[in-house]
Amino acid sequence: MTLHWLLALMIVGSLSVGLYMTGLPFSPQRLKLVNWHKWAGITILGLTALRLLWRLSHPPPPLPPCIVEAMPGWQLVAHRGTHLLMYLLFFAVPLAGWAYSSALGFPIVWFGVVPLPDFVPVNKEFAEAVLKPLHHGAAYVLGAVVLLHAVAALKHHFVDHDGLLDRMWPFSHQGHAR
Amino acid sequence: MSLLRPVWRALCAVALTLASAAAMSVEPMAQLAPGDSQIGFVSKQMGVPVEGQFKKFDAQIAFDPKKPEGGTVALQIDMASATLGVPQSDAELPKPPWFDTARFPKASFQSSAIKSVGGGRFDIAGRLTIKGHTQELVVPVTITQSADRSTATGSFTIQRLAFKVGEGEWTDTSMVGDEVQVRFKLVLTGLRPL
Repeated sequence: MTLHWLLALMIVGSLSVGLYMTGLPFSPQRLKLVNWHKWAGITILGLTALRLLWRLSHPPPPLPPCIVEAMPGWQLVAHRGTHLLMYLLFFAVPLAGWAYSSALGFPIVWFGVVPLPDFVPVNKEFAEAVLKPLHHGAAYVLGAVVLLHAVAALKHHFVDHDGLLDRMWPFSHQGHAR
Repeated sequence: MSLLRPVWRALCAVALTLASAAAMSVEPMAQLAPGDSQIGFVSKQMGVPVEGQFKKFDAQIAFDPKKPEGGTVALQIDMASATLGVPQSDAELPKPPWFDTARFPKASFQSSAIKSVGGGRFDIAGRLTIKGHTQELVVPVTITQSADRSTATGSFTIQRLAFKVGEGEWTDTSMVGDEVQVRFKLVLTGLRPL
């Protein structure tokens, strides 16, 4: 659960910084934000891999039966689909960004210290034509799915009053240690 | 016959001038092959090595590798030809905080002493001028030769702030490092054998 909220903060932060920095003119501020964005992206990638491993060995508790019964079928499908898509994009967005940076000829040096390998060769045309739209497009979809996820969770809490959020809420006494 | 005498005299004078000119230029000039030559620079942006190139430069190289002491090397770099390969950065390089190419179109190097250190390697001491600021430095150069051409390679590190490259908010070396590595490969024809 700690990882969920840490990643939530980092992902929303990275999406916002990404959106903001692309509009900035050439400046130290932009250079700083671009690098922070890259470092955050790589960190998200690593933490997501950790989290996925954790989930595979510690499956999350199933939805409470009363909530499952109350949900129409399409919502259950959407619930599974949203989570699957989010996990897919947690990997796809940073990986596409990493590839985009490498292909532009800017290898990523994690926190300015750890040089990361380039898994695509330098190719500026490919970077601009394929990897940039891929990274940006996937990031927009991720933003939309994260918003859907948050809205759905809030709906369960404030509209359905089914207490689903309690098990994820870090300050709740009912929260499961996860 | 007397009519031809001044002509003859003039011809002799020209011949003498040519001979003395040939005797004075002890060192033959080598020719730069610009297409095959490269001058690049590597700076670090928040730890990320970023490579740039100068696309236009010229060199006058007059030295005999067997007795390098009498030789000279001069280089002029067209600063507006610098590129980092990214259009957004390239648009910034000619501006006053960086190279200020309007006021300082060329950077130059002029050798003051050349010393052989053996094995085709030479230490070339000289003055490097960038953006109107001059620094003394010693450039190590390695020369290799094939049938018809010589290749001079080397690299050295300079401090960009000593030349006021990157002014104002860009003096922050945590963004762009102070140290810049300059790498060169000059392909020459007409250089004497090592």
